[in-house]
Amino acid sequence: MTSKEAADMLRTRFDSAISGATDFRGETGLCVEAKSLAALAAYCRDELGFDYLVDISSIDHFGDEPRFEVVYELSVLESGTHLRLKVALSEDEPVVQSVTDLWPTADWHEREVFDMMGIRFEGHPDLRRILMWDGYPYHPLRKDFPLEGKPSDMPDVAFTESAPLAGGPFVTAPTPGDTQVREPRARRPGDLPPSETFIPEP
Amino acid sequence: MNESSPVAYDSKVEGNIIFTKVDAAINWMRSNSLWPMPMGLACCAIELMAASSARFDISRFGAEVMRFSPRQSDVMIVAGTVTYKMSLAVKRIWDQMPEPKWCIAMGACASSGGMYRSYAVLQGIDHLIPVDVYISGCPPRPEALLDGLMKLQKKIMGEHSIEDQKRALAETI
Repeated sequence: MTSKEAADMLRTRFDSAISGATDFRGETGLCVEAKSLAALAAYCRDELGFDYLVDISSIDHFGDEPRFEVVYELSVLESGTHLRLKVALSEDEPVVQSVTDLWPTADWHEREVFDMMGIRFEGHPDLRRILMWDGYPYHPLRKDFPLEGKPSDMPDVAFTESAPLAGGPFVTAPTPGDTQVREPRARRPGDLPPSETFIPEP
Repeated sequence: MNESSPVAYDSKVEGNIIFTKVDAAINWMRSNSLWPMPMGLACCAIELMAASSARFDISRFGAEVMRFSPRQSDVMIVAGTVTYKMSLAVKRIWDQMPEPKWCIAMGACASSGGMYRSYAVLQGIDHLIPVDVYISGCPPRPEALLDGLMKLQKKIMGEHSIEDQKRALAETI
């Protein structure tokens, strides 16, 4: 079974839940409604043979609505067939059903998405932060979170301060230049193509 | 015939006595027997391991006894990126080390946060604990660590521990 055939079978069965499809360099992706994700994922695993959840990632389309997107990468171990599921979530209610009961590996992936982006997973057995400490007040991979961080303090656990950015974001330059050019340093947004990759501090 | 000397003085002892100040003797002993607390947090720890293995052999400078208990160590070598999540644990280990104690910030991250100008990384371990020697490099080569260790030994040789103790004692009285 190819990923296109899998996508076609999903479209016939879950037609109303699928709002669109993407096709990029032979990779097939389906945009799925949040409330149908659990049923659709269960069908993928049990009927279509997607026995491996490769990754869960998330995207912040800051300024757009729906703001968040959760991306599931599914795979069939035997044939290597790949399928991508995308779920759009609104800023007001960034909640989606957990898939830990289908693929146990989703446990830590979902905890990371929760930690970094603040998206909650309903039915997750243990939705704690995984990288930052419990009680850290922010979700640092959101686009409206500044690169240098925000001050916070939890006595006896941890604290944070803003990193000195010397007048610009402290970033590498993705150019073919040598390490002198590429190495991380304070750069103003205009110094780096493309300039729209930088979100001004709120 | 009895060959022992009739007086209670052994002339052989003369070559075995050195006159010095207590401070100098103590500093000499301390600086040549530094027991490191290897606070290995990132890739610098790999260079720290290299420094203690055969090719570079940190034991030439008397600092080969890496102690994984803070209560038995003299010098904390902070080798690697100190995240905020880890920082208070490092501080706590430092607090458990008995005096006198010293700290080496090994590499760019431990010295200044290095390339991690980020929400997650402490911008230098000197925000939390006093640092005696900073070593540049990302990561520094073992030779650089050995050089830093020799700098620390030189610093220890210049300390006035007994005088300081007396002064502190006098202040309490």
